[in-house]
Amino acid sequence: MKTVPILVVALVPASLALAIAFGSVELGPAQLADALLGRGDEIAREIVWGVRAPRALAGFACGGLLALAGALLQVLLRNPLADPTILGVSGGAAAGALAAMLLGVSAAGLNLAALAGASIAAGAVFAFSLGRSGWNPYRVLLTGVALASGFGALVGLMLSLAPSSQVQGMLFWLLGDLSPAGDPSAALAVLAACAALAFSQSAALDVMILGEDKARSLGVAVTRLQSIAFGCATLATVAAVLLGGSIGFVGLVVPHLLRLSGIHRHSVLLPLAACLGGSLLALADTLARTVAAPAELPVGVITAMIGVPALLFLLARLR
Amino acid sequence: MLEASGLGLSAGSRELVRALDLSLAPGQFWALLGRNGAGKTSLILALAGLRPLQSGAIALAGAPLSTYRRGELARRIGVLLQDEETDFWGSVFDYVMLGRYPHSKNAWSRDEEGAAGARRRLAELDLADHAAQGYRTLSGGERQRARIAQVLLQDADILLLDEPLQHLDLRHQAQVMRTFSGCAASGKTVLAALHEPGHAARHCGFSVLLYDAGRASLGRSSDMLTQANLEALYQCPLEAAGARSFLPS
Repeated sequence: MKTVPILVVALVPASLALAIAFGSVELGPAQLADALLGRGDEIAREIVWGVRAPRALAGFACGGLLALAGALLQVLLRNPLADPTILGVSGGAAAGALAAMLLGVSAAGLNLAALAGASIAAGAVFAFSLGRSGWNPYRVLLTGVALASGFGALVGLMLSLAPSSQVQGMLFWLLGDLSPAGDPSAALAVLAACAALAFSQSAALDVMILGEDKARSLGVAVTRLQSIAFGCATLATVAAVLLGGSIGFVGLVVPHLLRLSGIHRHSVLLPLAACLGGSLLALADTLARTVAAPAELPVGVITAMIGVPALLFLLARLR
Repeated sequence: MLEASGLGLSAGSRELVRALDLSLAPGQFWALLGRNGAGKTSLILALAGLRPLQSGAIALAGAPLSTYRRGELARRIGVLLQDEETDFWGSVFDYVMLGRYPHSKNAWSRDEEGAAGARRRLAELDLADHAAQGYRTLSGGERQRARIAQVLLQDADILLLDEPLQHLDLRHQAQVMRTFSGCAASGKTVLAALHEPGHAARHCGFSVLLYDAGRASLGRSSDMLTQANLEALYQCPLEAAGARSFLPS
Protein backbone atom coordinates (compact mmCIF):
# COMPACT_ATOMS: atom_id res chain seq x y z
CA MET A 1 0.00 0.00 0.00
CA LYS A 2 2.81 2.39 0.88
CA THR A 3 4.96 1.51 -2.14
CA VAL A 4 2.79 3.32 -4.71
CA PRO A 5 3.03 6.76 -3.03
CA ILE A 6 6.80 6.37 -2.58
CA LEU A 7 7.26 5.36 -6.22
CA VAL A 8 5.12 8.26 -7.43
CA VAL A 9 7.00 10.81 -5.34
CA ALA A 10 10.36 9.36 -6.43
CA LEU A 11 9.26 9.63 -10.04
CA VAL A 12 9.18 13.43 -9.78
CA PRO A 13 12.94 14.10 -9.53
CA ALA A 14 13.64 11.10 -11.80
CA SER A 15 11.41 12.40 -14.58
CA LEU A 16 12.78 15.94 -14.31
CA ALA A 17 16.36 14.58 -14.40
CA LEU A 18 15.58 12.53 -17.52
CA ALA A 19 13.90 15.53 -19.16
CA ILE A 20 17.03 17.60 -18.55
CA ALA A 21 19.46 14.82 -19.56
CA PHE A 22 17.94 14.09 -22.97
CA GLY A 23 17.27 16.30 -25.94
CA SER A 24 18.16 16.82 -29.57
CA VAL A 25 21.72 17.86 -28.62
CA GLU A 26 23.65 15.10 -26.92
CA LEU A 27 25.42 16.06 -23.71
CA GLY A 28 27.69 13.63 -21.84
CA PRO A 29 27.25 12.99 -18.11
CA ALA A 30 30.27 15.15 -17.24
CA GLN A 31 29.03 18.02 -19.40
CA LEU A 32 25.57 17.74 -17.83
CA ALA A 33 26.95 17.76 -14.31
CA ASP A 34 29.13 20.79 -15.09
CA ALA A 35 26.26 22.66 -16.71
CA LEU A 36 23.92 21.90 -13.82
CA LEU A 37 26.47 23.31 -11.41
CA GLY A 38 26.82 26.39 -13.62
CA ARG A 39 30.34 25.54 -14.79
CA GLY A 40 31.99 24.70 -18.07
CA ASP A 41 30.78 25.24 -21.59
CA GLU A 42 28.41 28.16 -22.02
CA ILE A 43 26.36 26.47 -24.74
CA ALA A 44 25.78 23.43 -22.53
CA ARG A 45 24.73 25.68 -19.67
CA GLU A 46 22.31 27.52 -21.91
CA ILE A 47 20.84 24.23 -23.18
CA VAL A 48 20.37 22.89 -19.64
CA TRP A 49 19.20 26.00 -17.80
CA GLY A 50 17.77 28.08 -20.62
CA VAL A 51 15.99 25.41 -22.66
CA ARG A 52 15.57 22.01 -21.01
CA ALA A 53 14.91 22.94 -17.39
CA PRO A 54 12.10 25.42 -18.18
CA ARG A 55 10.66 22.98 -20.68
CA ALA A 56 10.79 20.11 -18.17
CA LEU A 57 9.11 22.26 -15.54
CA ALA A 58 6.50 23.46 -18.03
CA GLY A 59 5.67 19.83 -18.81
CA PHE A 60 5.51 19.01 -15.11
CA ALA A 61 3.28 21.98 -14.32
CA CYS A 62 0.97 21.25 -17.24
CA GLY A 63 0.59 17.55 -16.42
CA GLY A 64 0.15 18.23 -12.71
CA LEU A 65 -2.58 20.79 -13.38
CA LEU A 66 -4.46 18.51 -15.76
CA ALA A 67 -4.33 15.49 -13.45
CA LEU A 68 -5.44 17.57 -10.46
CA ALA A 69 -8.34 19.03 -12.46
CA GLY A 70 -9.33 15.55 -13.65
CA ALA A 71 -9.29 14.09 -10.13
CA LEU A 72 -11.46 16.94 -8.81
CA LEU A 73 -13.96 16.76 -11.66
CA GLN A 74 -14.32 12.99 -11.38
CA VAL A 75 -15.40 13.22 -7.73
CA LEU A 76 -17.54 16.37 -8.17
CA LEU A 77 -19.45 15.09 -11.18
CA ARG A 78 -19.59 11.50 -9.85
CA ASN A 79 -18.46 10.44 -13.28
CA PRO A 80 -15.36 8.38 -14.00
CA LEU A 81 -15.25 9.75 -17.55
CA ALA A 82 -14.87 13.35 -16.42
CA ASP A 83 -11.65 15.06 -17.45
CA PRO A 84 -10.56 18.68 -17.94
CA THR A 85 -11.97 18.81 -21.50
CA ILE A 86 -15.46 18.16 -20.10
CA LEU A 87 -15.76 21.72 -18.77
CA GLY A 88 -15.62 23.07 -22.33
CA VAL A 89 -12.70 25.20 -21.17
CA SER A 90 -10.15 23.46 -23.41
CA GLY A 91 -12.54 23.76 -26.35
CA GLY A 92 -13.06 27.47 -25.71
CA ALA A 93 -9.32 28.03 -25.42
CA ALA A 94 -8.71 26.07 -28.63
CA ALA A 95 -11.28 28.10 -30.56
CA GLY A 96 -9.73 31.33 -29.25
CA ALA A 97 -6.18 30.25 -30.04
CA LEU A 98 -7.02 29.10 -33.57
CA ALA A 99 -8.90 32.30 -34.30
CA ALA A 100 -5.82 34.22 -33.19
CA MET A 101 -3.61 32.10 -35.46
CA LEU A 102 -5.99 32.65 -38.35
CA LEU A 103 -5.81 36.41 -37.79
CA GLY A 104 -2.03 36.17 -37.48
CA VAL A 105 -1.63 37.89 -34.12
CA SER A 106 1.46 37.64 -31.88
CA ALA A 107 2.14 34.89 -29.33
CA ALA A 108 0.94 37.10 -26.50
CA GLY A 109 -2.25 37.85 -28.44
CA LEU A 110 -2.72 34.14 -28.98
CA ASN A 111 -2.54 33.46 -25.25
CA LEU A 112 -4.97 36.28 -24.61
CA ALA A 113 -7.41 34.91 -27.18
CA ALA A 114 -7.13 31.42 -25.68
CA LEU A 115 -7.77 32.87 -22.22
CA ALA A 116 -10.81 34.75 -23.55
CA GLY A 117 -12.21 31.58 -25.14
CA ALA A 118 -11.64 29.60 -21.93
CA SER A 119 -13.29 32.32 -19.83
CA ILE A 120 -16.37 32.39 -22.06
CA ALA A 121 -16.71 28.62 -21.74
CA ALA A 122 -16.18 28.63 -17.96
CA GLY A 123 -18.61 31.53 -17.53
CA ALA A 124 -21.29 29.74 -19.53
CA VAL A 125 -20.89 26.48 -17.58
CA PHE A 126 -21.11 28.35 -14.28
CA ALA A 127 -24.10 30.45 -15.37
CA PHE A 128 -26.07 27.39 -16.44
CA SER A 129 -25.16 25.18 -13.49
CA LEU A 130 -25.17 27.35 -10.38
CA GLY A 131 -28.75 27.84 -9.26
CA ARG A 132 -30.37 29.01 -6.05
CA SER A 133 -30.10 25.55 -4.49
CA GLY A 134 -26.42 25.25 -5.37
CA TRP A 135 -24.50 23.46 -8.10
CA ASN A 136 -26.18 20.99 -10.37
CA PRO A 137 -23.52 18.46 -11.48
CA TYR A 138 -25.67 17.15 -14.34
CA ARG A 139 -25.94 20.65 -15.75
CA VAL A 140 -22.18 21.14 -15.44
CA LEU A 141 -21.70 17.93 -17.40
CA LEU A 142 -24.32 18.75 -20.05
CA THR A 143 -23.32 22.38 -20.64
CA GLY A 144 -19.65 21.41 -20.65
CA VAL A 145 -20.15 18.66 -23.21
CA ALA A 146 -22.45 20.82 -25.36
CA LEU A 147 -19.98 23.72 -25.32
CA ALA A 148 -17.07 21.39 -26.08
CA SER A 149 -18.79 20.04 -29.19
CA GLY A 150 -19.85 23.54 -30.23
CA PHE A 151 -16.27 24.76 -29.96
CA GLY A 152 -15.18 21.58 -31.73
CA ALA A 153 -17.32 22.57 -34.71
CA LEU A 154 -15.82 26.09 -34.69
CA VAL A 155 -12.34 24.58 -34.59
CA GLY A 156 -13.21 22.35 -37.54
CA LEU A 157 -14.51 25.34 -39.46
CA MET A 158 -11.32 27.31 -38.83
CA LEU A 159 -9.14 24.34 -39.80
CA SER A 160 -10.99 24.03 -43.11
CA LEU A 161 -10.72 27.78 -43.79
CA ALA A 162 -7.06 28.14 -42.78
CA PRO A 163 -4.34 28.34 -45.43
CA SER A 164 -2.40 25.08 -45.52
CA SER A 165 0.74 26.78 -44.19
CA GLN A 166 -1.03 27.42 -40.89
CA VAL A 167 -2.74 24.08 -40.50
CA GLN A 168 0.24 22.25 -38.98
CA GLY A 169 0.67 24.85 -36.23
CA MET A 170 -3.02 24.58 -35.47
CA LEU A 171 -2.92 20.79 -35.33
CA PHE A 172 0.03 20.91 -32.93
CA TRP A 173 -1.92 23.27 -30.67
CA LEU A 174 -4.96 20.98 -30.79
CA LEU A 175 -2.95 17.83 -30.06
CA GLY A 176 -1.06 19.52 -27.25
CA ASP A 177 2.46 20.83 -27.68
CA LEU A 178 4.90 22.26 -25.18
CA SER A 179 7.44 23.70 -27.65
CA PRO A 180 6.01 27.24 -27.52
CA ALA A 181 5.70 27.05 -23.72
CA GLY A 182 7.64 29.93 -22.23
CA ASP A 183 8.37 30.62 -18.59
CA PRO A 184 6.66 27.93 -16.47
CA SER A 185 6.78 29.86 -13.18
CA ALA A 186 3.22 31.21 -13.41
CA ALA A 187 1.82 27.74 -14.15
CA LEU A 188 3.88 26.25 -11.30
CA ALA A 189 2.48 28.89 -8.96
CA VAL A 190 -1.08 28.05 -10.09
CA LEU A 191 -0.31 24.34 -9.58
CA ALA A 192 0.95 24.95 -6.05
CA ALA A 193 -2.02 27.15 -5.18
CA CYS A 194 -4.64 24.80 -6.66
CA ALA A 195 -3.04 21.73 -5.08
CA ALA A 196 -2.93 23.41 -1.66
CA LEU A 197 -6.52 24.62 -1.93
CA ALA A 198 -7.81 21.24 -3.13
CA PHE A 199 -5.79 19.45 -0.44
CA SER A 200 -7.36 21.64 2.25
CA GLN A 201 -10.78 20.29 1.16
CA SER A 202 -9.74 16.64 0.90
CA ALA A 203 -11.59 15.38 4.00
CA ALA A 204 -14.82 17.03 2.78
CA LEU A 205 -14.32 15.50 -0.67
CA ASP A 206 -14.06 12.07 1.00
CA VAL A 207 -17.47 12.66 2.65
CA MET A 208 -18.98 13.84 -0.66
CA ILE A 209 -18.74 10.27 -1.97
CA LEU A 210 -21.82 9.48 0.22
CA GLY A 211 -23.96 11.95 -1.75
CA GLU A 212 -24.88 15.60 -1.22
CA ASP A 213 -27.56 15.10 1.46
CA LYS A 214 -25.42 12.83 3.61
CA ALA A 215 -22.43 15.16 3.20
CA ARG A 216 -24.56 18.12 4.32
CA SER A 217 -25.89 16.17 7.29
CA LEU A 218 -22.29 15.43 8.29
CA GLY A 219 -21.45 19.13 8.22
CA VAL A 220 -20.01 19.71 4.74
CA ALA A 221 -20.96 23.10 3.25
CA VAL A 222 -21.62 21.38 -0.07
CA THR A 223 -22.22 24.42 -2.29
CA ARG A 224 -19.11 26.16 -1.01
CA LEU A 225 -17.04 23.00 -1.45
CA GLN A 226 -18.31 22.57 -5.03
CA SER A 227 -17.55 26.21 -5.83
CA ILE A 228 -14.00 25.87 -4.50
CA ALA A 229 -13.38 22.60 -6.31
CA PHE A 230 -14.96 23.65 -9.63
CA GLY A 231 -13.05 26.93 -9.41
CA CYS A 232 -9.81 25.05 -8.75
CA ALA A 233 -10.40 22.63 -11.62
CA THR A 234 -11.24 25.45 -14.02
CA LEU A 235 -8.23 27.55 -13.05
CA ALA A 236 -5.94 24.52 -13.33
CA THR A 237 -7.32 23.61 -16.75
CA VAL A 238 -6.97 27.16 -18.07
CA ALA A 239 -3.38 27.42 -16.83
CA ALA A 240 -2.50 24.05 -18.37
CA VAL A 241 -4.16 24.79 -21.70
CA LEU A 242 -2.45 28.19 -22.02
CA LEU A 243 0.89 26.48 -21.49
CA GLY A 244 0.55 23.37 -23.63
CA GLY A 245 -2.63 23.46 -25.71
CA SER A 246 -5.19 20.69 -25.31
CA ILE A 247 -3.11 17.77 -24.08
CA GLY A 248 -5.44 14.83 -23.69
CA PHE A 249 -5.57 11.73 -21.49
CA VAL A 250 -3.44 12.98 -18.57
CA GLY A 251 -6.47 14.39 -16.76
CA LEU A 252 -8.59 11.33 -17.44
CA VAL A 253 -6.07 8.55 -16.94
CA VAL A 254 -3.78 9.66 -14.10
CA PRO A 255 -6.44 9.75 -11.32
CA HIS A 256 -7.68 6.33 -12.45
CA LEU A 257 -4.16 4.88 -12.45
CA LEU A 258 -3.91 5.90 -8.79
CA ARG A 259 -7.40 4.68 -7.85
CA LEU A 260 -6.77 1.35 -9.55
CA SER A 261 -3.62 1.10 -7.42
CA GLY A 262 -5.82 1.39 -4.33
CA ILE A 263 -5.42 5.10 -3.59
CA HIS A 264 -8.78 6.77 -2.95
CA ARG A 265 -8.43 9.05 0.07
CA HIS A 266 -8.31 12.56 -1.37
CA SER A 267 -5.61 13.79 1.00
CA VAL A 268 -3.31 11.28 -0.72
CA LEU A 269 -4.94 11.05 -4.16
CA LEU A 270 -4.85 14.77 -5.01
CA PRO A 271 -1.15 15.45 -4.28
CA LEU A 272 -0.13 12.17 -5.90
CA ALA A 273 -2.23 12.94 -8.99
CA ALA A 274 -0.38 16.25 -9.35
CA CYS A 275 2.99 14.47 -8.94
CA LEU A 276 2.18 11.59 -11.30
CA GLY A 277 0.52 13.78 -13.94
CA GLY A 278 3.50 16.13 -13.87
CA SER A 279 6.09 13.35 -14.07
CA LEU A 280 4.29 11.52 -16.86
CA LEU A 281 3.96 14.65 -18.95
CA ALA A 282 7.62 15.62 -18.38
CA LEU A 283 8.59 12.12 -19.54
CA ALA A 284 6.19 12.15 -22.48
CA ASP A 285 7.54 15.52 -23.56
CA THR A 286 11.10 14.17 -23.38
CA LEU A 287 10.04 11.40 -25.75
CA ALA A 288 8.25 13.92 -27.98
CA ARG A 289 11.46 15.94 -28.25
CA THR A 290 13.86 13.05 -28.82
CA VAL A 291 12.12 10.24 -30.72
CA ALA A 292 12.25 12.00 -34.09
CA ALA A 293 14.89 14.65 -33.21
CA PRO A 294 15.49 17.28 -34.43
CA ALA A 295 11.79 17.22 -35.35
CA GLU A 296 9.31 17.33 -32.44
CA LEU A 297 6.10 15.34 -32.11
CA PRO A 298 3.01 16.79 -30.41
CA VAL A 299 3.22 15.62 -26.80
CA GLY A 300 -0.53 14.93 -26.68
CA VAL A 301 0.02 12.00 -29.06
CA ILE A 302 2.65 10.53 -26.73
CA THR A 303 0.49 10.93 -23.59
CA ALA A 304 -2.32 9.05 -25.30
CA MET A 305 0.06 6.34 -26.47
CA ILE A 306 1.39 5.84 -22.93
CA GLY A 307 -1.76 6.57 -20.96
CA VAL A 308 -4.25 4.39 -22.78
CA PRO A 309 -2.25 1.11 -22.68
CA ALA A 310 -1.31 1.79 -19.04
CA LEU A 311 -4.97 2.18 -18.06
CA LEU A 312 -6.06 -0.87 -20.07
CA PHE A 313 -3.26 -2.93 -18.48
CA LEU A 314 -4.39 -2.00 -14.98
CA LEU A 315 -8.03 -2.67 -15.84
CA ALA A 316 -7.16 -6.10 -17.23
CA ARG A 317 -4.99 -6.99 -14.24
CA LEU A 318 -7.68 -6.07 -11.74
CA ARG A 319 -10.51 -7.94 -13.40
CA MET B 1 -35.32 20.89 21.48
CA LEU B 2 -36.31 20.71 17.81
CA GLU B 3 -39.60 22.45 17.06
CA ALA B 4 -41.63 22.66 13.88
CA SER B 5 -44.47 25.19 13.81
CA GLY B 6 -47.08 25.57 11.09
CA LEU B 7 -44.95 23.30 8.94
CA GLY B 8 -46.14 22.76 5.36
CA LEU B 9 -44.46 20.40 2.91
CA SER B 10 -45.45 19.25 -0.54
CA ALA B 11 -44.00 17.19 -3.34
CA GLY B 12 -45.02 18.53 -6.73
CA SER B 13 -48.76 19.17 -6.50
CA ARG B 14 -49.21 16.69 -3.64
CA GLU B 15 -49.58 18.11 -0.18
CA LEU B 16 -47.66 15.98 2.34
CA VAL B 17 -47.80 17.95 5.57
CA ARG B 18 -50.10 20.82 6.42
CA ALA B 19 -49.72 23.20 9.38
CA LEU B 20 -47.90 20.64 11.52
CA ASP B 21 -46.80 21.63 15.01
CA LEU B 22 -44.27 19.19 16.39
CA SER B 23 -41.94 19.60 19.31
CA LEU B 24 -39.23 16.99 19.96
CA ALA B 25 -37.79 17.23 23.47
CA PRO B 26 -34.65 15.61 24.95
CA GLY B 27 -35.26 12.10 26.23
CA GLN B 28 -38.18 11.44 23.90
CA PHE B 29 -38.28 8.58 21.38
CA TRP B 30 -40.76 9.31 18.59
CA ALA B 31 -42.12 6.91 15.98
CA LEU B 32 -43.13 8.34 12.59
CA LEU B 33 -45.73 6.14 10.91
CA GLY B 34 -47.57 6.45 7.63
CA ARG B 35 -48.28 4.76 4.34
CA ASN B 36 -45.76 4.71 1.49
CA GLY B 37 -45.57 8.19 0.03
CA ALA B 38 -47.25 9.84 3.04
CA GLY B 39 -44.29 12.19 3.47
CA LYS B 40 -42.20 10.55 6.22
CA THR B 41 -38.92 11.08 4.36
CA SER B 42 -39.83 14.65 3.38
CA LEU B 43 -40.61 15.48 7.01
CA ILE B 44 -37.29 14.01 8.20
CA LEU B 45 -35.31 15.87 5.53
CA ALA B 46 -37.08 19.12 6.42
CA LEU B 47 -36.44 18.64 10.15
CA ALA B 48 -32.77 18.03 9.32
CA GLY B 49 -32.55 21.27 7.34
CA LEU B 50 -31.92 19.40 4.10
CA ARG B 51 -35.08 20.56 2.26
CA PRO B 52 -36.68 23.98 1.89
CA LEU B 53 -40.07 24.39 3.60
CA GLN B 54 -43.24 25.43 1.77
CA SER B 55 -44.48 27.18 4.87
CA GLY B 56 -43.87 27.38 8.60
CA ALA B 57 -40.62 27.30 10.50
CA ILE B 58 -38.27 24.88 12.22
CA ALA B 59 -36.26 25.98 15.23
CA LEU B 60 -33.39 24.27 17.03
CA ALA B 61 -32.93 25.49 20.61
CA GLY B 62 -35.10 28.47 19.75
CA ALA B 63 -33.14 29.64 16.67
CA PRO B 64 -34.23 28.96 13.07
CA LEU B 65 -32.35 26.05 11.46
CA SER B 66 -31.15 28.31 8.65
CA THR B 67 -29.12 30.40 11.10
CA TYR B 68 -26.85 27.45 11.89
CA ARG B 69 -23.71 26.62 9.98
CA ARG B 70 -23.63 23.10 8.50
CA GLY B 71 -20.79 22.04 10.80
CA GLU B 72 -22.63 23.22 13.91
CA LEU B 73 -25.86 21.55 12.75
CA ALA B 74 -24.02 18.27 12.18
CA ARG B 75 -22.85 18.23 15.79
CA ARG B 76 -26.46 18.64 16.94
CA ILE B 77 -28.55 16.65 14.46
CA GLY B 78 -27.59 13.25 13.05
CA VAL B 79 -29.54 11.92 10.08
CA LEU B 80 -29.87 8.36 8.83
CA LEU B 81 -31.02 8.65 5.23
CA GLN B 82 -33.16 6.01 3.58
CA ASP B 83 -30.93 5.95 0.50
CA GLU B 84 -27.31 6.79 0.21
CA GLU B 85 -24.70 6.54 -2.56
CA THR B 86 -22.95 3.20 -2.16
CA ASP B 87 -19.66 3.79 -3.96
CA PHE B 88 -17.58 4.37 -0.84
CA TRP B 89 -14.17 2.82 -1.53
CA GLY B 90 -12.79 2.14 1.94
CA SER B 91 -13.22 -0.37 4.74
CA VAL B 92 -16.23 -0.62 7.06
CA PHE B 93 -14.12 1.07 9.74
CA ASP B 94 -13.21 3.95 7.40
CA TYR B 95 -16.88 4.30 6.52
CA VAL B 96 -18.01 4.51 10.15
CA MET B 97 -15.21 7.00 10.88
CA LEU B 98 -16.79 9.48 8.44
CA GLY B 99 -19.26 10.05 11.28
CA ARG B 100 -16.44 11.88 13.05
CA TYR B 101 -16.17 14.47 10.28
CA PRO B 102 -18.11 17.18 12.15
CA HIS B 103 -15.80 16.71 15.14
CA SER B 104 -12.49 16.50 13.30
CA LYS B 105 -10.16 19.40 13.92
CA ASN B 106 -7.80 18.83 11.02
CA ALA B 107 -6.70 16.08 8.67
CA TRP B 108 -3.28 15.53 10.25
CA SER B 109 -3.85 14.60 13.87
CA ARG B 110 -4.92 11.02 14.47
CA ASP B 111 -8.37 10.80 15.98
CA GLU B 112 -7.76 8.15 18.66
CA GLU B 113 -10.92 9.02 20.56
CA GLY B 114 -12.98 8.66 17.38
CA ALA B 115 -11.30 5.38 16.46
CA ALA B 116 -12.08 3.94 19.91
CA GLY B 117 -15.69 5.10 19.54
CA ALA B 118 -15.94 3.55 16.08
CA ARG B 119 -14.66 0.20 17.36
CA ARG B 120 -17.20 0.34 20.20
CA ARG B 121 -20.07 1.13 17.81
CA LEU B 122 -18.98 -1.62 15.41
CA ALA B 123 -18.93 -4.15 18.25
CA GLU B 124 -22.33 -2.96 19.46
CA LEU B 125 -23.77 -3.60 15.98
CA ASP B 126 -22.08 -7.02 15.56
CA LEU B 127 -19.75 -5.68 12.87
CA ALA B 128 -16.43 -5.98 14.75
CA ASP B 129 -15.36 -8.90 12.56
CA HIS B 130 -16.10 -6.91 9.42
CA ALA B 131 -14.21 -3.75 10.40
CA ALA B 132 -11.33 -4.27 7.97
CA GLN B 133 -13.56 -5.54 5.16
CA GLY B 134 -14.48 -3.35 2.17
CA TYR B 135 -17.73 -1.45 2.77
CA ARG B 136 -19.01 -2.41 -0.67
CA THR B 137 -18.65 -6.13 0.11
CA LEU B 138 -21.23 -5.97 2.93
CA SER B 139 -24.73 -7.39 2.56
CA GLY B 140 -27.70 -5.04 2.62
CA GLY B 141 -28.44 -5.60 6.30
CA GLU B 142 -24.78 -5.33 7.32
CA ARG B 143 -24.50 -2.11 5.36
CA GLN B 144 -27.53 -0.75 7.17
CA ARG B 145 -25.91 -1.55 10.50
CA ALA B 146 -22.69 0.18 9.39
CA ARG B 147 -24.74 3.26 8.50
CA ILE B 148 -26.38 3.17 11.94
CA ALA B 149 -22.94 2.83 13.55
CA GLN B 150 -21.82 5.92 11.62
CA VAL B 151 -24.75 8.08 12.72
CA LEU B 152 -24.29 6.92 16.33
CA LEU B 153 -20.59 7.84 16.16
CA GLN B 154 -21.63 11.31 14.97
CA ASP B 155 -22.92 11.65 18.56
CA ALA B 156 -25.54 14.30 17.88
CA ASP B 157 -28.17 15.20 20.49
CA ILE B 158 -30.98 14.67 18.01
CA LEU B 159 -31.26 11.57 15.81
CA LEU B 160 -33.55 11.62 12.78
CA LEU B 161 -33.76 8.10 11.38
CA ASP B 162 -35.44 7.26 8.09
CA GLU B 163 -36.44 3.58 8.19
CA PRO B 164 -33.60 2.46 10.46
CA LEU B 165 -34.93 -1.13 10.44
CA GLN B 166 -34.86 -1.63 6.67
CA HIS B 167 -32.98 -4.79 5.58
CA LEU B 168 -32.43 -5.87 9.21
CA ASP B 169 -33.23 -9.35 10.47
CA LEU B 170 -35.49 -9.74 13.54
CA ARG B 171 -32.66 -10.02 16.02
CA HIS B 172 -30.92 -6.91 14.76
CA GLN B 173 -34.20 -5.00 14.54
CA ALA B 174 -34.66 -5.58 18.26
CA GLN B 175 -31.03 -4.81 19.04
CA VAL B 176 -31.08 -1.55 17.10
CA MET B 177 -34.39 -0.45 18.68
CA ARG B 178 -32.93 -1.12 22.15
CA THR B 179 -29.87 0.94 21.24
CA PHE B 180 -32.05 3.88 20.17
CA SER B 181 -34.13 3.51 23.35
CA GLY B 182 -30.88 3.74 25.28
CA CYS B 183 -29.99 6.93 23.39
CA ALA B 184 -33.32 8.46 24.36
CA ALA B 185 -32.93 7.29 27.95
CA SER B 186 -29.56 9.05 28.11
CA GLY B 187 -31.20 12.34 27.11
CA LYS B 188 -30.99 12.34 23.33
CA THR B 189 -33.98 13.02 21.10
CA VAL B 190 -34.84 10.24 18.63
CA LEU B 191 -37.35 10.24 15.79
CA ALA B 192 -37.59 7.13 13.61
CA ALA B 193 -39.74 6.45 10.57
CA LEU B 194 -41.00 2.91 11.07
CA HIS B 195 -43.25 0.44 9.31
CA GLU B 196 -43.70 -1.80 12.36
CA PRO B 197 -46.30 -0.48 14.87
CA GLY B 198 -45.22 -3.32 17.17
CA HIS B 199 -41.74 -1.86 17.55
CA ALA B 200 -43.22 1.61 17.92
CA ALA B 201 -45.55 0.47 20.68
CA ARG B 202 -42.76 -1.27 22.56
CA HIS B 203 -40.02 1.37 22.37
CA CYS B 204 -41.41 4.74 21.34
CA GLY B 205 -43.16 6.85 23.94
CA PHE B 206 -44.58 9.15 21.29
CA SER B 207 -45.90 8.71 17.76
CA VAL B 208 -46.66 10.88 14.75
CA LEU B 209 -49.20 9.42 12.34
CA LEU B 210 -48.97 10.95 8.86
CA TYR B 211 -52.22 10.44 6.98
CA ASP B 212 -52.73 11.22 3.32
CA ALA B 213 -53.42 14.73 2.07
CA GLY B 214 -51.36 16.49 4.70
CA ARG B 215 -53.31 15.43 7.78
CA ALA B 216 -51.31 14.32 10.81
CA SER B 217 -52.00 13.43 14.41
CA LEU B 218 -49.50 13.03 17.19
CA GLY B 219 -49.25 12.25 20.88
CA ARG B 220 -48.38 9.50 23.32
CA SER B 221 -48.04 6.13 21.61
CA SER B 222 -50.46 4.57 24.10
CA ASP B 223 -53.16 6.89 22.81
CA MET B 224 -52.12 6.94 19.15
CA LEU B 225 -51.40 3.30 18.32
CA THR B 226 -54.94 1.96 18.58
CA GLN B 227 -56.40 -0.55 16.17
CA ALA B 228 -58.86 2.05 14.83
CA ASN B 229 -56.12 4.65 14.25
CA LEU B 230 -53.81 2.16 12.55
CA GLU B 231 -56.61 0.80 10.33
CA ALA B 232 -57.38 4.35 9.25
CA LEU B 233 -53.67 5.11 8.79
CA TYR B 234 -52.81 2.10 6.64
CA GLN B 235 -56.32 1.82 5.15
CA CYS B 236 -56.53 -1.92 5.68
CA PRO B 237 -58.28 -4.06 8.27
CA LEU B 238 -56.07 -5.33 11.09
CA GLU B 239 -56.53 -8.04 13.67
CA ALA B 240 -54.94 -8.42 17.08
CA ALA B 241 -51.72 -10.45 16.91
CA GLY B 242 -52.35 -14.13 17.51
CA ALA B 243 -50.00 -16.89 18.53
CA ARG B 244 -48.15 -16.92 15.19
CA SER B 245 -47.18 -13.26 15.16
CA PHE B 246 -43.75 -12.70 16.66
CA LEU B 247 -41.84 -9.72 17.93
CA PRO B 248 -38.37 -10.17 19.44
CA SER B 249 -38.45 -9.92 23.20
